[in-house]
Amino acid sequence: MSLAKRIIPCLDVDNGRVVKGVKFVDIRDAGDPVEIARRYDREGADEITFLDITATHDNRDTIVHVVEQVASEVFIPLTVGGGIRTLDDIRRMLNAGADKVGINSAAVSNPEFVKEAAERFGSQCIVVAIDAKKVSHEGEPERWELFTHGGRKPTGIDAVEWAKKMTAYGAGEILLTSMDNDGTRAGFNLPLTRAVSEAVSVPVIASGGVGNLDHLAEGILEGKADAVLAASIFHFGEYTIEQAKQHLRSRGIEVRL
Amino acid sequence: MSSVAVIDYGMGNLHSIAKALQYAVPEVDVQIVSNADAILQADRVVFPGVGAMRDCMRALRHSGLADVIHEVAKAKPLLGICLGMQALLTDSEENGYTEGLNVLAGHVVRFPDGLTDKDGNTLKIPHMGWNQVQQFPHPLWDGIPQNSRFYFVHSYYARPDNAAVVAATTDYPDAFACALAQNNIFAVQFHPEKSQAVGLQLLKNFLHWNGFV
Repeated sequence: MSLAKRIIPCLDVDNGRVVKGVKFVDIRDAGDPVEIARRYDREGADEITFLDITATHDNRDTIVHVVEQVASEVFIPLTVGGGIRTLDDIRRMLNAGADKVGINSAAVSNPEFVKEAAERFGSQCIVVAIDAKKVSHEGEPERWELFTHGGRKPTGIDAVEWAKKMTAYGAGEILLTSMDNDGTRAGFNLPLTRAVSEAVSVPVIASGGVGNLDHLAEGILEGKADAVLAASIFHFGEYTIEQAKQHLRSRGIEVRL
Repeated sequence: MSSVAVIDYGMGNLHSIAKALQYAVPEVDVQIVSNADAILQADRVVFPGVGAMRDCMRALRHSGLADVIHEVAKAKPLLGICLGMQALLTDSEENGYTEGLNVLAGHVVRFPDGLTDKDGNTLKIPHMGWNQVQQFPHPLWDGIPQNSRFYFVHSYYARPDNAAVVAATTDYPDAFACALAQNNIFAVQFHPEKSQAVGLQLLKNFLHWNGFV
């Protein structure tokens, strides 16, 4: 008996609708977030992550409203990421019913923000999101760099070192996305996932690239991830969360069924 | 109509727990309160908490709610959750050393670094996610299958002096006390408000519990 590995469906929310892009473009509408969250909860999702990709400040209230609605009937952990820049943003999300917030660009521009957030709200609700891209050349030891702004802006920071630093600053969990793999459906970036997971003491969520159920298992078995996050394989009805869990179990992975 | 007070002392997200209580038993009057009278008048009391032990105890002492919790602990059904459970013990290793409320005799200690599972993988701290709960007989487990999974997130855990107060254990990798029970007090390390059906059942059981075992 032991701790179960988690399956976390991710809902990219834009103006109150769930969308899914491939490499951050070509956005397809996948439906109403409250309805989708409800379905995932019924199917046995271990947590749900909302990524607010709404660009304008005016529309930020929409995601708060979505979280409020979901939190009043879905009783599993909820994470909200996207545009979290101030302690007040975090407070708003937690008050709406979120349990954790994902911090990405704001951590890069001001690492102290992560420290302040963890001190104020507790490490358990601070997830640092890392978007990493491979920068090493053929034949060199693999190296990944941290990118911000939806993978458009390089930072010159080593992704593994950054994960360690953020953990030291109080991050309770790392959400790791491979920009190279995201949207490709070719599977997680396993060397990256493993490098980060082995470098930090906190749980790591693997993200980016899931195309089938074996990819989820590999993220855990080879990538050493504590949780796996996926979007499109669930949104468009290819697989249910329950099928995913049955598959993980068949590969010898402990899951909550 | 019975009432339940969720103690607000400025630590953590009380909305989740209030929403879950309301959902578990819609006819119950759920109040998020910081006022001593309102807490003492409620039929049942939930003592939640997330964050650090030192801040928690400081807030409880500063607001006078530490005394109120001592009163409640003598009188009516009390449910401690997560840090709300840890604060009921004598002291905690967190933040060096922090004195607790000493409602339950025992200590709160940190999971040591470098623990490994049976396959030799390093166990992460915090202990985060869904883990199995081995329950011992208590009315709050009614209708909840043995070894059900509940949602945990914590780096410290309770080590009570008296083994008789342990109401459930969880393995990480060794068994630790994840639920404590003493007379009208029940306290859990996991988050029932985030543990889907089994968590709601536990909250429902609490809202129907008269405080007797």
